[in-house]
Amino acid sequence: MTTLAGTRGHLLFERNLMVYRRAWLIIFSGLFEPLFYLFSLGFGLGHFVGRVHGVTYASYIAPALLASSAMNGAIYDATTNVFWKLRYAKVYDAVLATPLGPADVALGETSWAQFRGLLYAAGFIVTAASLGLVHSWWGALALPAAVVVGFGFAGMGIAASTFIRTWQDFDLVQLVQLPMFLFSATFYPLSVYPTALQWVVRFSPLYEAIVLVRSFTLGTVGWTNLVDAGYLVVLGALGIRLARRRMAGLLLT
Amino acid sequence: MPDGGALIHARGLTKRFGPLCAVDAIDFDVRKGEAFGFLGPNGAGKSSTMRMIGCVSPVTDGTLRVLGLDPLTDGPAIRGRLGVVPQMDTLDNELTVRENLVIYGRYFGLSRRELRARADDLLEFVQLEERANDPVEPLSGGMKRRLTIARSLVNDPELLLLDEPTTGLDPQARHVVWDRLFRLKQRGVTLVLTTHYMDEAEQLCDRLVIMHQGRIAEEGSPAELIQRLSTREVVELRFAGDTPPVEGVFDGRVARVEELPDRVLLYTDDGDALVPLAHERLGPQSVLVRRSTLEDVFLRLTGRTLVD
Ligand SMILES: Nc1ncnc2c1ncn2[C@@H]1O[C@H](COP(=O)(O)OP(=O)(O)OP(=O)(O)O)[C@@H](O)[C@H]1O
Ligand SMILES: [Mg+2]
Repeated sequence: MTTLAGTRGHLLFERNLMVYRRAWLIIFSGLFEPLFYLFSLGFGLGHFVGRVHGVTYASYIAPALLASSAMNGAIYDATTNVFWKLRYAKVYDAVLATPLGPADVALGETSWAQFRGLLYAAGFIVTAASLGLVHSWWGALALPAAVVVGFGFAGMGIAASTFIRTWQDFDLVQLVQLPMFLFSATFYPLSVYPTALQWVVRFSPLYEAIVLVRSFTLGTVGWTNLVDAGYLVVLGALGIRLARRRMAGLLLT
Repeated sequence: MPDGGALIHARGLTKRFGPLCAVDAIDFDVRKGEAFGFLGPNGAGKSSTMRMIGCVSPVTDGTLRVLGLDPLTDGPAIRGRLGVVPQMDTLDNELTVRENLVIYGRYFGLSRRELRARADDLLEFVQLEERANDPVEPLSGGMKRRLTIARSLVNDPELLLLDEPTTGLDPQARHVVWDRLFRLKQRGVTLVLTTHYMDEAEQLCDRLVIMHQGRIAEEGSPAELIQRLSTREVVELRFAGDTPPVEGVFDGRVARVEELPDRVLLYTDDGDALVPLAHERLGPQSVLVRRSTLEDVFLRLTGRTLVD
């Protein structure tokens, strides 16, 4: 009987897999959102925009949409679903009566939310590649990059979900998520902003995520990408730590 | 072992929620193989105690050893050997009846292959085979309770914690549960249960404690407690209208008189001897002579009936 904290998190993943075995369609609906953006903005609006950083507008925003879909998938699961299980469905109350602890719950749910983000990212990249929007063999690493992106946002999302009290609070999540999506150098380069604002944007986790994925799909990989990835990993890890503490406080009363 | 081999050993066990003392320095030991009960009115601290034993609620103060281990440091190891039926069902509504058992077993590290057979056995044990592939949500309350009990057995626990296992069940379902618990006890599983039903406590418990306001008021076997704290018989008087004054009527002939909203109880060793006098002086609508039960013990200790 292992007592190491967090070593049984995969069982939560297994539980979720069991649930979604019957509900794959729900997951797949999330695949289309980034594709809609790609077609309307990338190809539609892109027609008038011309080239950005030497590539077509669609190629420019495709990696950003990929990173965003990994983020959206991870955050959606980490907030809505975890909140539901935590406050209403009592899933974790049952889990914590077994050898699993709060660390297992935090890690297991993070991995699941990450997985959801990864599914969206994978669906997107297959489409993007078949449309010729991936410009380098480095593009193969965009998917592992999406895993890192998913981890960062899943970890933060789960921490956030422990603070959510009512369904209205989700408006706050939206209030952070939407501007992050629109302003993180998603649809235009950072250089559009005045210098001071550029520094603010650089702290957006989605900005780091987009830079990371874009380097891979456009083949402009450099050492600084390690910093991008590191930033996301650290944020995710801090989120998990906070979530573990919060869940222990909420459930083990 | 300093605890004399007790499966649960508590000394000065305390649980506070802010200023509220839910469990107030209680001492008890549960021995291997026995069925041990916590009886008490709402808010007595039964669930709080159970949750500390189940290692899902940190001990505020005092000593607690479960299976010889300390919940603070060995929570996962202890929980791995416990079966828990919480007061409120925590079944997984997104899964089927069968899947609930399987995933719960997985949490304990059992293999899927083992669990296939185990789930079948358990569903049969609680008579839910026919609902195996149904979702949990639409099950009746009693069925959910039985499933929760089945789920608590998936890891073959040495110690089973049951917090009000039969509350909300119909009489027949309660008897099914009692029968199952009795069989588990015969197999050597140690049972710890809380209940509001004195018949449940009398049927199942070898030993019990009566809790009141976070403290243990009395401890003993059901028979011992009845003998020590009540009389052999009780005369129950019911009246058509208002209860007439009983003060002084039975002076010297009863050990105790208890006036409840709907009836008067006379505690005596010879009930029949009081019946003519009661009729003559009070004119009750009905008179019933019965043996003392735990209910009477409880009433004496807490001034309340068990099920209110
Ligand atoms: N998580 C909690 N936070 C604050 N107070 C609590 C908490 N859990 C229990 N209490 C309080 O502790 C006291 C004992 O509650 P407990 O649930 O242990 O009683 P009980 O004997 O199980 O009652 P019942 O028969 O109604 O189930 C009550 O006053 C209750 O309000
Ligand atoms: Mg209770």
